[in-house]
Amino acid sequence: MGALGSRTKQEPFIRVVKKTEISIGKTFLLSLFALIAAIMAGGVFILAIGQNPIDVYITIVKGAWRSSIATKGTIKIAIPLLIAAIGITPAFQMKFWNIGAEGQIIMGGIFATYFALNFDYLPHGILLLLMFVAGMVGGGIWGLLPAVFKTRFGTNETLFTLMLNYIALYMIRFFTEGPWRDPASSGFPKIATFSENARLDRIFGVHAGWLIGLVLVAVMFVYLKYTKHGYEISVVGESINTARYAGMNVKRIVLRTMFISGAICGIAGMTQVTGAAYTLGEGVAGGVGFTAITVAWLSKLNPVIILVVSVLFSMLDKGCSVMQSTFGLSSAVSGILQGIILFFILGFDFFTRYRFVFRKAR
Amino acid sequence: MIINFLYAAIKAGTPLLFGTTGEIMTERSGHLNLGVEGMMYMGAFLGFYVGFHTGSLPLALLAAFAIGLFAALIYAFLTVTMMANQNVTGLTLTIFGTGFAKFFGESMIREAGGSPKLADSFMTTISEKPIPVLGDIPVLGKLLFSHNPLVYIAVIIAVICSIYLMRTKAGLNMRAVGENPAAADAAGINVTLVKYIHIMLGGGICALGGAYLSLINGGGIWNNSSAVNGQGWISVALVIFASWSPMKAIYGSLVFGAFSVLQFYVPKDIIQIPNAFYVMLPFLITTFVLILASMRKSKEGSQPAGCGVNYFREER
Amino acid sequence: MENMKKEAMAIELKQITKTFGTVVANNKIDLSVRQGEILALLGENGSGKTTLMNMLSGIYKPDSGSILINGNAVTINSPEDAIALGVGMIHQHFKLVDALPATDNIILGVKDKGIFLKKSRSEKIAEIIKRFGLNLDPEKKVYQMSVSEKQTVEILKVLYRKADILILDEPTAVLTPQETKRLFEILLLMKKEGCAVIIITHKLNEVMEISDRVTILRKGESVATVNTASTNAQELTELMVGRPVELSIEHPETYFDENLLEIHHLTVEDEEGINMLKDISFNLNRGEILGVAGVAGSGQKELCESIAGLLPVKKGAILYHNENIVGKTPNEIIKMGISMSFIPEDRLGMGLAASMGMVDNMLLKKYNEGKSPFVSKKSARELAKRLVEQLDIVTPSVDTPVRRLSGGNVQKVLLGREIESEPNVLITAYAVRGLDINSSYTIYDSLNEQKKKGVGVLFIGEDLDVMLELCDRIMVLCHGRVTGNVDTKHITKEQLGLLMTDAGTKKGGV
Repeated sequence: MGALGSRTKQEPFIRVVKKTEISIGKTFLLSLFALIAAIMAGGVFILAIGQNPIDVYITIVKGAWRSSIATKGTIKIAIPLLIAAIGITPAFQMKFWNIGAEGQIIMGGIFATYFALNFDYLPHGILLLLMFVAGMVGGGIWGLLPAVFKTRFGTNETLFTLMLNYIALYMIRFFTEGPWRDPASSGFPKIATFSENARLDRIFGVHAGWLIGLVLVAVMFVYLKYTKHGYEISVVGESINTARYAGMNVKRIVLRTMFISGAICGIAGMTQVTGAAYTLGEGVAGGVGFTAITVAWLSKLNPVIILVVSVLFSMLDKGCSVMQSTFGLSSAVSGILQGIILFFILGFDFFTRYRFVFRKAR
Repeated sequence: MIINFLYAAIKAGTPLLFGTTGEIMTERSGHLNLGVEGMMYMGAFLGFYVGFHTGSLPLALLAAFAIGLFAALIYAFLTVTMMANQNVTGLTLTIFGTGFAKFFGESMIREAGGSPKLADSFMTTISEKPIPVLGDIPVLGKLLFSHNPLVYIAVIIAVICSIYLMRTKAGLNMRAVGENPAAADAAGINVTLVKYIHIMLGGGICALGGAYLSLINGGGIWNNSSAVNGQGWISVALVIFASWSPMKAIYGSLVFGAFSVLQFYVPKDIIQIPNAFYVMLPFLITTFVLILASMRKSKEGSQPAGCGVNYFREER
Repeated sequence: MENMKKEAMAIELKQITKTFGTVVANNKIDLSVRQGEILALLGENGSGKTTLMNMLSGIYKPDSGSILINGNAVTINSPEDAIALGVGMIHQHFKLVDALPATDNIILGVKDKGIFLKKSRSEKIAEIIKRFGLNLDPEKKVYQMSVSEKQTVEILKVLYRKADILILDEPTAVLTPQETKRLFEILLLMKKEGCAVIIITHKLNEVMEISDRVTILRKGESVATVNTASTNAQELTELMVGRPVELSIEHPETYFDENLLEIHHLTVEDEEGINMLKDISFNLNRGEILGVAGVAGSGQKELCESIAGLLPVKKGAILYHNENIVGKTPNEIIKMGISMSFIPEDRLGMGLAASMGMVDNMLLKKYNEGKSPFVSKKSARELAKRLVEQLDIVTPSVDTPVRRLSGGNVQKVLLGREIESEPNVLITAYAVRGLDINSSYTIYDSLNEQKKKGVGVLFIGEDLDVMLELCDRIMVLCHGRVTGNVDTKHITKEQLGLLMTDAGTKKGGV
């Protein structure tokens, strides 16, 4: 019985309590605060490796926009990121955890490449339109597959889409080493470079992908917010039971939305092969599909914020590439800084939903 | 020929076994950590770095393990305490870890004035050599008892994890946390603590897989651009294939390892299958396994029910 | 020292207060239980019983107030602390790990010596099973168990830990009378062994049968504590609802003579292929309220969902104006011009989209009208504003996410929307669950309004007193079969109670 006395513990120093929801303005302020904290934490890291954080940050920003060539480079990096993040948005809004953007980008690239290699005698406009549609179909199919199994058997979509990424990746290898191998290239197998006719036009010096991206931002914004489809996606994401109750055909909505999601990611793949690389290689997605997921999530699935965040991320990427020449530091520093920023924003999101309560001093 | 093939399969499967065992520990506690690739990368770098400077294998492994703990701690803090989305946090960890390893890897190259190479004495320590007596057994000796020391470590860790999971009280508690944290909480289990411990432990084990890649597969030379090269992602796939059991992960890693080296052992003049098919096959099979498990709707051998969902006790 | 301890209360709660956001769930509540005593915690749904007990079991933390166990002030930060103090709670929603067998669930989290799972654990469990006369296969996995087996596992969990303070939250809601009887025998046995038992309930007969004392909660406050021997059901009811109940629910007579809905030999099975409804036949007329009574889980949910087209029907027909609607999707049913409204049990999980505002929720069944691909929100906004006025819905704005509204207001939003759609058939499941008396009467009045208009109302209810007043007929479900379909004028509560249990059917007893 004496032991009981010692069990009268103190309250824990800190505990978590749910918040009554906060306003949009406050949420924005919190995000801003998180960003500042992240930049400062990144600064601490830069200090730790013996550099001046302010100099480094200035170099990054200048590096991304210092010349028209650099600016174009930054935009070029932003295009696939933006398009893929827009693609992920409807799926995530539906709480369908599509981790397969990477694979969907690749399939879009593969499908588009087929037309680029075999139909480059067609008029330029028609060929590009064909490639565009092919890219959508390729990515769409890759998005549809997990949705089919999810709706039929309840197969876990996170794991399924993850697998499809790799199946898609090795398909490129198959085509590179097999049917599409460029006979003109000796040594390492590669797919032939697209002819001039199969390349995406440039607008203001950057391939037209940026225009496609901007259009998609606007379309997705309207689609989610003002259309019946968008309403259906929100309700399904909220509760499948409620959606069924409302007479919605949940299966069809999931299939449709995942096709759209995959198709948009497929467009990203198409613009990469026809606008940036002029060929198909295993690096066509290069992790963009994964980064796009973090971009879409950070932006709270708002297409306009996605646009801003993807440009910021590309700035970081491009800006860091000059770190080598200026400070003798690896450009991989961009991964670290991106990681730190993301960690902070992910962490700070907590404060929009919960708060800490500290033990009162006795 | 077949013995050579199986031997190579074991060698190729070992890093996957580390990654898979680590991820199983993480997922069994209810957290899908997509940062395996990143944690492996960090382990690959630090393991190599410490091995390069100290020439000590235990220190190298310890360092890799420690950085894995640290990386997983970030993930655990964000997903357990701050309740951030698990998928996104894991992906971020991959971005961060890859960047981390490549950044410091390049510094290491600059420091060394060229590609750093492990000392010869270190290479001897990690070389493949038969275990006395056991190694002399025909066939089996070569197959099972003539590997580099890390192979044994990987298998031992997997076996220990399996016993821990299925036979100990702590393992039972941890499985309960992964399946139904609210039930575990009501039973008096410290859910937060259990999650932290196993996420971190899992991260440490994953990072050992990274060290294997940089120390063994790299042939003693640091490869900055592709030290891990997707092996972390394959490990995540292998978890499904092994149906969340460390014991099955041992066989699973052998199967995956076998497929990854199969193309070098198939007589090309008899069987003509594109190389890409061999490397793709494990993923096709895993997908098939995943679908099959969902069709059976079985509670055993499928993802822990609480995996992917964060737990907050006062949720109403 | 021993003597002093005997005098102390096993549990003493002093001035406990707990708020959730702006909602005060518990307001300065006092409560005490002696060793070897069974205390009934009585109160309507939403009166704060579960919240209060969750603070004893470590799920919630009180905002203020103190907890004394065996006379010592304690701080309970987690279930772990509660268990260490000998407090065991059996939650209404069982806290079991589905994938694990009973044995593992029972020993889960127990802090004894040794690292490995001991073989002897099975013997110890078998011994308890024998001692208390329980009926359970300890190796069976929880997901393969029936509800009463799951409850047995929960009880075993508490017994295995040798808890001397036991809290049960609505333990009989899911049990048959036989199972309830067995449960009460176990409780009396525990009482004899000196345990303190708190049983949360709103069933008066159980309170009278099992408890020594009763503490009554009302709207988060403790209104009285009385000795069971010196009180009666009437007094308890008054204390519970706060005024003498003259259940004066209006019961208008209507004169429609038209069949709306005919159910013929309906058989429905759940995902695992277990028949939840077995060969059910009944009809629903215009201008009547048909009550459906039964122990929870007797097939009420399946009945509602199959009529609404949400569950596949295995056998039988559902005729609406002589047209069979079996096999049609909810959307097709809506499109056929059948206006059927279903107010589901799980309001926020099924009837409403929790993080959307009232306006968007008004659109739920109507968003698809018209050919335009865009959603038109204008009329929905007007409707939302009208409902706020008509039903006194308390909300900061019509765009505030509905999950931020209180239970009563959420229910009003749902009911208002369904009534506004001018249905011919209205199905409500537990329409007043969690509502205070005033809100409940608002709901009853609205249902009567519908009845007068000629709507056929299917009322799935819990409170037999209310149902006898409100409904024209009551159909009783027991284990998925209809055991009675009677006019409320010609039946008593006791007779209904019998029909709800196996005792009313041919076999009787197990």
